[in-house]
Amino acid sequence: MPKPHLALLAALLLAFGISHFSGLIDPYYLDVLTGIGINVILAVSLNLVNGYTGQFSLGHAGFMSVGAYLAAAVSVFLGPTLLGPGGGTAFQQNALFLGALLTGGLSAAVAGLLVGVPSLRLKGDYLALVTLGFGEIIRVIFQNVEKLGGALGLNGIPAYTSIFWVLVFVALSVFVVTCLVHSTYGRGFLATHDDEIAAEAVGLNTTRYKIVAFVIGAFFAGIAGGLYGHFKMTITPSGFDFTKSIEIVVMVILGGMGNTLGVILAAILLTLLPEVLRSVAEYRMILYSFLLIVLMLARPQGLFNFKRRKAKP
Amino acid sequence: MSEFLQQLLNGLSLGAIYALIALGYTMVYGVLRFINFAHSDVFMVGAIIGYYTGHHLPPGTVGSGLVVLAAAMAGCALLGIVIERFAYRPLRNAPTLNVLITAIGVSLLLEYTFQNQHVFGAAPQLFPPVFPVKNFQLGGLSISSNQLIVIGVAALLMVALEFIVHRTKIGTAMRAVSLNPKAAQLVGVNIDVVISFTFGLGSALAGAGGILYALNYPSVEPLMGVVPGLKAFIAAILGGIGNIPGAALGGLILGTVETFVSGSQWSTYKDAIAFAILIVILLFRPAGILGKFTVEKV
Repeated sequence: MPKPHLALLAALLLAFGISHFSGLIDPYYLDVLTGIGINVILAVSLNLVNGYTGQFSLGHAGFMSVGAYLAAAVSVFLGPTLLGPGGGTAFQQNALFLGALLTGGLSAAVAGLLVGVPSLRLKGDYLALVTLGFGEIIRVIFQNVEKLGGALGLNGIPAYTSIFWVLVFVALSVFVVTCLVHSTYGRGFLATHDDEIAAEAVGLNTTRYKIVAFVIGAFFAGIAGGLYGHFKMTITPSGFDFTKSIEIVVMVILGGMGNTLGVILAAILLTLLPEVLRSVAEYRMILYSFLLIVLMLARPQGLFNFKRRKAKP
Repeated sequence: MSEFLQQLLNGLSLGAIYALIALGYTMVYGVLRFINFAHSDVFMVGAIIGYYTGHHLPPGTVGSGLVVLAAAMAGCALLGIVIERFAYRPLRNAPTLNVLITAIGVSLLLEYTFQNQHVFGAAPQLFPPVFPVKNFQLGGLSISSNQLIVIGVAALLMVALEFIVHRTKIGTAMRAVSLNPKAAQLVGVNIDVVISFTFGLGSALAGAGGILYALNYPSVEPLMGVVPGLKAFIAAILGGIGNIPGAALGGLILGTVETFVSGSQWSTYKDAIAFAILIVILLFRPAGILGKFTVEKV
């Protein structure tokens, strides 16, 4: 078996092993670990768009909210009828949860397609703004859908998210993104990032690459949203605003754009930091933004990117 | 009919504020070709400067109103120049994306610094009524003196800007840098001075916008700039980014449309309308209403 597939298998076994012994772990650490896992999925999927393909998207939280809402809708509205009055067995609940997550992921992917096809004709600043605009529109729409709780949010989502599912989807997202960009097809993402005009000149359909990256990124953002909703048990539209998108973008930039390992480390670091800095929580965001500026001035290739790519002229 | 005129008037006074902020975005884009995300927070700082100076002045006189306006404009101009000097100048030749990220960083830094309880705090504060307030009845229309001040000051500043850009030496230099920075340097334009001046000018307009906004919506808080800033930016794109009359036109259109939407049954979608306009304009006429379409050369 090829190496990445072995690694995936090992990760899945590890997930199974950890979830088997999760009763022995302090619930606080389990919660922190779940938070880390969700952020890693978000950061790795955004890295495919922002890092590898070089399309600066500021609407990742929008796709996350689509996934969170649709997955929560499945388990809140369809769940009781499917599971029956007894609530179903653990296996049935997990099967329902998997279905809900995939529904969330697929609807986020569809949203990604709908947003991506028109907006990916734009570049740089403009693309950043349009994705930001779409993210805000998605939020305003959820605020106005009374069935999903409106501005107050959706409550009473069953707590299906377990460490097993989080680790499984972390492994899957890392696997899909890594294999994709290292495949023959996936070289096109890097080519689109490095020089779009040159890539088009050698016959690559760069628009298609951008849309594929966008849709896959949105899919995993939707999955992460589904996990998040069933972890926090309540979601509000304002939880998925511009600031959330920025938080994910900071993880990608800090890790070094187009560097999966670095991005994972950055996601872990930035999830742990507020836990450690709880006593000075009011200075956390000041520190974040300051870090962002200093990083861009002093080390634009990211904190964990040791392989220096050739600088663009 | 009188309701229509009333809404039109409200829309124009909102649009005039958007236009003032949009001018800053457009001028910076004109000389540096990048979106100054921190501009909306300079607007917020303007309102906060007004909040502090307004408390030390006698309320409700034209004199103290003008002092507050001048203080906010001067403070914001200084802030804009400092931001450019320390955050953007070192990245002058870096890829656009890095500059964009830095701009987002500066924006967040300003927002969260002012949200800190030792600086300003996250809670909204009441803006002091620095200008005298009066209501006029004209036919079926109700016109507040604040609306007249907003429209008057905005119009005055735009005329002044037009004069600076087209009739002075530094304005000529600004237009030269905007056309071609390298050629401008070759004929002896000091590009650093021009860029600093542009930032100062744009930020001063944002500061004035902050005061005018706070006069009509008297609640000052560190995140107050985000939404008007985004909308002003949309206004700048709508009119054609880099184009000064375009920014004014875009601001007026956007303010009017938004006021009409919020007066209709679709009022909860008020914030989404601006983004919908942005998306439509970028898809069908990315250069904006008054902008010139340019072909990218390899």
